[in-house]
Amino acid sequence: MSMSEFFNMGGYAVFVWSSYGLALVVLVLNWFIPYQQHQQNIKKLKRQYRQETKQNDSSS
Amino acid sequence: MFKWFVKWFHRMGSPPHFYRFAGSWLPWLTVVFTVLTVAGLYGGLVLAPPDYQQGESYRIIFIHVPAAWMSMFIYMVMASCGIIVLVWRMKLAEVVLICSAPIGASFTFLALVTGSLWGKPMWGTYWVWDARLTSELILLFLYLGVIGLYGAIDEKRVAGRAVAILAIVGMINIPIIHYSVEWWNSLHQGATVTKMDKPSIHWTMLVPLLLMALSFKVYFIISLFQRVRAELLHRERNSRWVEELFRS
Repeated sequence: MSMSEFFNMGGYAVFVWSSYGLALVVLVLNWFIPYQQHQQNIKKLKRQYRQETKQNDSSS
Repeated sequence: MFKWFVKWFHRMGSPPHFYRFAGSWLPWLTVVFTVLTVAGLYGGLVLAPPDYQQGESYRIIFIHVPAAWMSMFIYMVMASCGIIVLVWRMKLAEVVLICSAPIGASFTFLALVTGSLWGKPMWGTYWVWDARLTSELILLFLYLGVIGLYGAIDEKRVAGRAVAILAIVGMINIPIIHYSVEWWNSLHQGATVTKMDKPSIHWTMLVPLLLMALSFKVYFIISLFQRVRAELLHRERNSRWVEELFRS
């Protein structure tokens, strides 16, 4: 089987590859969105605690 | 044995424990997912022969069928969490329930669209209002309903109980989806794998199909753990364990 035959999918290329492409997009987004959210959460919490420690240091 | 299970169950229910547990498992799960997916795709796209009736177009099966299975499996996970929420008021079950909904909705969407892309060349139409397709569309609306209802109620403990009830009531749709191809005349083909008899699919196609199904299951766990960790951190942002984790 040649490369072009493989990508042609017996004439069904549009249907087959758009299915696989869509699956890729859905899976990547579903992983990436919570990942990013989690990283932002962590950053926010770290900043918050750093500020609190500073305030405590200056008040004491 | 039972005592051990109860202990394990309680430990899992504790947010800091689950947070750490999920975090330590994520890298391993990602490795397993990658291996399964590469093997499944190679088997499905390269090794498996073309179908004698549908030619190469049938290769959509390796996305479509696992996605459809996941759409029902995740719903059952959600409904089981719903029961735990109502009976034991377990916080973690609430979080797992609500974090499963977007993943389930994604797989349902994927199953519907890939089915549509398969239907066009094989049936000559992207969509028909037949029992299988309609009940799967209702499943998508159930997922969106759970997400919407949870977002609409500010008091999160109340919201958790409300979506638990919705998830449990929606369970009735699951056997309807599964048996729709037997109960009604449908354009959709009948079951080839999940039936009492021997699967009517050749092993060269069955093996990659099962590999992809496993890969999607592992993917669900990865995505779920990711979401649950983010949600736990957000919900428990004022608690001591979160403070200990990030105060340096």
